[in-house]
Amino acid sequence: MTRRTFPGYRRPDGAVGVRNHLLVVPTVICSAVVAERIAASVAPVGAALPHLAGCGQLGPDMAVTHDTLAAYCRHPNVGAVIVVALGCEQVVAQRLADEARRHDKPAAIVAIQSEGGTVRATERGVALAREMAETLVHAERQDCDASSLVVSVKCGGSDYTSGLASNPAVGRVADRVVDLGGSVVLGEIAEIMGAEHLLADRASNPGAAAQLLRVVSRVEAEAMALGLDIRGTQPSPGNIRGGLTTIEEKSLGATHKAGERTRLEEVVGYAAPIRRKGLTVMDTPGLDVESVTGMVGGGAQVVLFTTGLGTPTGNPIAPVIKITGNARTAASMADNIDVDVSGVLSESETLDAAADRLFDTVVAVCSGRETAAERLGHRECAIYRRNPTI
Amino acid sequence: MNAVLVISAHDNVATALEPLEPGTTVHSGVVAVAVRDAIPRGHKIALYRIPAGAAVIKYGSAIGKASVDIEAGAHVHTHNVASGRGRGDLATQTVDPAVRTAEPQDAEAR
Repeated sequence: MTRRTFPGYRRPDGAVGVRNHLLVVPTVICSAVVAERIAASVAPVGAALPHLAGCGQLGPDMAVTHDTLAAYCRHPNVGAVIVVALGCEQVVAQRLADEARRHDKPAAIVAIQSEGGTVRATERGVALAREMAETLVHAERQDCDASSLVVSVKCGGSDYTSGLASNPAVGRVADRVVDLGGSVVLGEIAEIMGAEHLLADRASNPGAAAQLLRVVSRVEAEAMALGLDIRGTQPSPGNIRGGLTTIEEKSLGATHKAGERTRLEEVVGYAAPIRRKGLTVMDTPGLDVESVTGMVGGGAQVVLFTTGLGTPTGNPIAPVIKITGNARTAASMADNIDVDVSGVLSESETLDAAADRLFDTVVAVCSGRETAAERLGHRECAIYRRNPTI
Repeated sequence: MNAVLVISAHDNVATALEPLEPGTTVHSGVVAVAVRDAIPRGHKIALYRIPAGAAVIKYGSAIGKASVDIEAGAHVHTHNVASGRGRGDLATQTVDPAVRTAEPQDAEAR
């Protein structure tokens, strides 16, 4: 339980990876299929990052897309990068390759227009990928300190068991990660609405508390500006069937994931680097995949994802561990669930024992054990966008 | 295993861990409550009478307000609880004043 080290990949920039992927990143949706084919040629080392953005975007949205793709290029779970460009898009392939090289990762660019079409670009990319993957698969894990971990906490498809069992179990693990000197990141601002006072009270500095209240207020104002009842999505229809009545109730259950003792250190923008030890809140939307994409972009190497109703999503480069407190979901969606903590509610296991078991799973996954989402090929990716496509 | 779970001593609702049938009695650990409605697993039951306008409390915090008088033993859900947050469909919106102070444009954490 007090284990301080695990076998990981030590990077030249000091960061520690729990995976050693060859990231194949399309600059734009138009090059996504070629990127996926190149990555598939060296699976499971190859990991494509297909997304819907990269062109037709103005101002802040373009910046978020660029910054998010760059964040994946420097991510500690990535050992090498191939950027797949089309040739006429807004995202600049060279900037992404440069970001990888700045972090001492080998990087190459394949451009579909200059290679002469899909077939030639794919062939060139596959040849490059085989060469780069060869080095990555022979890299050895070394003892790394647990303080280098950035753990993302997330819930999706929540029901009454989330706030009572799985989120508190994740919260206890979050406390331990921070005790060991690591970092925890919580996203989904809409799902802090109604519980922000509890997190603000735990801020280590008044600036972080004020930042949190401002961001929650902004998201609430954005939702209200639509003139709609937020209950269409928060809580979702499934949440309501599962017994959650209001966003406040959902949020109070959801914030348990962030631990009981952790102090809020900072609030950061979408996919912005998580630099502080302790708890960081990231400004992400509540949509699961956009939220996870952002937190991994911020540097999280592993995601603890609780679900009551059951949800399969993963991430291209970070293992996503699925935890449920619902015994029926654990049985009916067994192929998607990594850790069943429903014993907390049936009183066959204490919360502390469930948290111990979960912590052991986190260490095992960081040491290389495949998660259900990895096994099933769930590598969803979606970059947050606020404005219309132009 | 108890049929209902109360999280905080301040709560006026409990979570049903099994479907509850009207006419039965459940024990919260502090009070015994006669079940008035059929309550699905995972949904909430009122432990005490909650008058219209009063806070519905779970996890020791308000999760909304009773929109009608809720009797002890009644099913507590969207039909009798109103959320105070993010309701752009309502003409007058009440947001915690502490949360209201900032302008949206300076809230960019990025």
